[in-house]
Amino acid sequence: MLAWTIYISFFGALVLLLLPRSSTTLARIVAMLTAVTGFAIALIAFVEHRSGELQTIVRADWMPTLGIQYHLAADGISLCLVLLTGVVAITGILFSWNIEKRTKEFFAFYLLLIGSVYGVFLSYDLFLLFVFYEIVIIPKYFLIAIWGSTRKEYGAMKLAIYSFVGSAMVLVGLIAAYVVAGEHSMSLDALAGFAFPVHFQMWAFPLVFVGFAILAGLWPFHTWAPTGHVAAPTAASMLLAGVVMKLGAYGCLRVAMTLFPLGLAPWGFHFLGLGSWRDVFSLLAVIGIIYGAMVALVQKDFKFVIGYSSVSHMGFILLGLMTLNTIGLEGAIVQMVSHGILAGLLFGVVGRMVYDRTHTRELAALGPMNLNKAIPFAAITFVIAGMASMGLPGFSGFAAELMILLGAWHAFPWLAVGTGLGIVIGVVYVWRAMQKAFFAESVTGANHPPLEPISFPERLGAGILIACSVAIGLYPQMLTKVIVPALNSPLFDGLRKGGWQ
Amino acid sequence: MSTSYLQLIRFALPEVIVVATALLVLVVDLLLLRKQSLRTRFAMTSVLAVVGCLSAIASLVLAPSLGSLYGEMFLANPLVNFVQIAVLALTIFTLLLTVDSSFTNHVGEFVFLVLLATTGMLFLVATLDLLVIFTSLELLSLSLYIMTAFDKENARSSEAALKYFLFGGMSAAFLLFGFSILYGLSNSTSLLQIAASIHGVSPLLVIAIVTTVIGFGFKVAAAPLHFWAPDVYESAPIPAAAFIASGSKVASFFVFFEIMAVGLAGASGGAAWLHFTNGWVPAVAAVAALSMVLGNTVAIVQSSVRRLLAYSAVAHAGYMLIAIIGHTQQNLSALLYYVVTYGLATIGAFGVIGVVERQTGNDRLDSFNGLSRRAPLLSACLFVFLLSLAGIPPLAGFFGKFYLFVSALHATPGSSGLLWLVVLAIAMSAVSLYYYLQVLKRAFVTAPSVEGEMLPVPAVTQAVVAVLAFGVVLFGSFPNLLLHWIQSALAASGW
Repeated sequence: MLAWTIYISFFGALVLLLLPRSSTTLARIVAMLTAVTGFAIALIAFVEHRSGELQTIVRADWMPTLGIQYHLAADGISLCLVLLTGVVAITGILFSWNIEKRTKEFFAFYLLLIGSVYGVFLSYDLFLLFVFYEIVIIPKYFLIAIWGSTRKEYGAMKLAIYSFVGSAMVLVGLIAAYVVAGEHSMSLDALAGFAFPVHFQMWAFPLVFVGFAILAGLWPFHTWAPTGHVAAPTAASMLLAGVVMKLGAYGCLRVAMTLFPLGLAPWGFHFLGLGSWRDVFSLLAVIGIIYGAMVALVQKDFKFVIGYSSVSHMGFILLGLMTLNTIGLEGAIVQMVSHGILAGLLFGVVGRMVYDRTHTRELAALGPMNLNKAIPFAAITFVIAGMASMGLPGFSGFAAELMILLGAWHAFPWLAVGTGLGIVIGVVYVWRAMQKAFFAESVTGANHPPLEPISFPERLGAGILIACSVAIGLYPQMLTKVIVPALNSPLFDGLRKGGWQ
Repeated sequence: MSTSYLQLIRFALPEVIVVATALLVLVVDLLLLRKQSLRTRFAMTSVLAVVGCLSAIASLVLAPSLGSLYGEMFLANPLVNFVQIAVLALTIFTLLLTVDSSFTNHVGEFVFLVLLATTGMLFLVATLDLLVIFTSLELLSLSLYIMTAFDKENARSSEAALKYFLFGGMSAAFLLFGFSILYGLSNSTSLLQIAASIHGVSPLLVIAIVTTVIGFGFKVAAAPLHFWAPDVYESAPIPAAAFIASGSKVASFFVFFEIMAVGLAGASGGAAWLHFTNGWVPAVAAVAALSMVLGNTVAIVQSSVRRLLAYSAVAHAGYMLIAIIGHTQQNLSALLYYVVTYGLATIGAFGVIGVVERQTGNDRLDSFNGLSRRAPLLSACLFVFLLSLAGIPPLAGFFGKFYLFVSALHATPGSSGLLWLVVLAIAMSAVSLYYYLQVLKRAFVTAPSVEGEMLPVPAVTQAVVAVLAFGVVLFGSFPNLLLHWIQSALAASGW
């Protein structure tokens, strides 16, 4: 049944295209119904699926001549991310309720994107996974190029090219793996079970890992992320930071690391103090955490602050993956969900609640507007989201980052120290942005036109996201109890043998 | 050699049907349709020609002949039949795009030439004999030169045709020279005989290889022999350009593959990275690499959509040459899938360009501004065609590339011999997304130059373009439909 999350999204997109041109409200309702149905299916599957082990949804021959199958399956990791996609999809529609320009096309591209994201998370055949992964690029481009702001065509093209280059790297790795294995199958099981020669894994692993990690915002390939996020319309930024970047991280874990676990093994020599790809990528992840936070600290544009904070938070995920211990990997996956929710919330506040009303994102210009008086709901939401994003206990970010730090402490104590530094800077940049945008010294006598009050869809969207973050923060076992069995499944055997404690 | 003429005609029934239709078209247009409007004449003659091609397909499907005549001069087997059907189907789509045209008064002659070129292709793919290959290639080429020049009111059309003709004549000379050396080396024009007498590379054979690669490199528009392509693609009448870009590509690539893989099998050499060995493979590999790089990079700076397609065709020729370099059965299967679906997407793209051109008078990028609001269905189809060319799943272009690359890696022992070419091809196709998106950006993102004005789309063109887009999606989502057919044909034909 979980497969219907994909079909219903594509079907919704098709229905939207066939609607008459003027039916704006109808388009919103159709999109909303589709997203809610998708979420409901995901939620039912999540609740029913307690064991956390792999469950096949569909498995049929697709291209028998090449041994490629239409194989959808879900384990605990997929389920968490599918659920996240459902939540972000619904709230994204709530936050874009005010789109008036080419509404039905907007939601059609939106649902196409959502459907493919579900597809990536549920695919178990690598060819199928790649197909969905590539489809994602196209709606992303058009959502930004048509409905975006600030240098939208540049941002959209940069994003499309980065994604496509990344997926080209993945494609090279997958084709090579398919041919080298000679198993006549693209199934994740078959390929992960095949013992690729070490020298092959040594080049294929970084190739595929970096290919996926480009989309996850790995430093120094992150530069598409801030420009793309800033240029994108609110709902697209939410999806982009909320789920699309997770696709990259998911691919790193699900494909690169399971297929080529020996790629993480020591090289046998040291270069600049680095002894393996694991060292290289964990160092890059920490640089990303600190660099993203530092750059967010000096931004003048409110949305760039959030854009760079995403780079910083994604660094945590990659670091968690590189710890290779259960707690670190667990943390990485919880962080994927947590950051998906919080990034959605932050972009919702900045892009929809603030920018759509004030038409500026300059922190210096927002300050004098007395936003905490004009739109108190936005201010409160941002404070909550900011606290969650800093990693305050009680919110999802805390649980996730704590687990990653614990994992990192086992694996690389020195890098854990650097990560702590990143968390401290994280507090500072959120504080600074909050203060400058919402609680600046009010300029007496300045007369601003009253801002339109926060609408119901916005309140609802913010409410849902905050509730999710708090729920995960208070009860992270909700996610970990399905994630841990998934991580202990035979699929990750290779990783476990390669130094997993 | 006691084959009777009746036997020959029955063997060559599809070709006979097409030739007869060609003559019939000429007669009908000259005698019956002189007084009619241009529109009626185009519609009637094209439909007549389509019926002819359909009957040829029917004869291939219902009563396929098998065997060969006069040695290997004239072959019929499931593989040849498949390629012939593909060529005929692409011709039919081209002819249907002609229905709404009005670029010339010489309607009958134009359709006649299309059918003559088709006949050339049908003979071209049904032989393993150098003499027949050369003559049918010339029949095809001469028809294409004239078709390019058919828009007589457009000086650029004549210029392009002259350029095409001069380059084409030169390359034909090279090809003939190469063939004559092959004959000299083996004392036969049959590819099988040639294969039997060529073992290893002699200096004379090197000359033959180089000249043959030049001759076919020109036909398939591979760099550095592509100079005719941008002009021809830009200035030829739409149906002629679509025809040159699709059907003629299918036939030329198939024959190129046969000559190299069958005739010169004993002198293949190798193109593994840093382990180049003497033979034709390294020569083709150099041409392929150059085509991919040059085609994709030069396409970026084009402002005419037709020229952009021409350079993208150079790039695609580069990808397809990888299949020839591999030259195994699986490579041939991948090549056929690729070139046929490429033909579908290209004809479709030309169909859309034709509609836009008719309204705006040119094919500059800015003529496509806001196309999605001026013609929603048409631009949705353009979306499918260009993304398929860029290799985005689930469209046919993606699976074509995937299969092509997989089979190229399978072709060499150790799997890594052609990896450098595959990596180059994938990297270059990442570049290609940029320029295809440039066109789609105009169509979907940029606002129309004149607000609220709908683009009049002729019904037939609209239908043809929609069918082609459907085909691209269908063959992309279910590649097995085509692949199964190709592979059973290959297996049944001794490959």
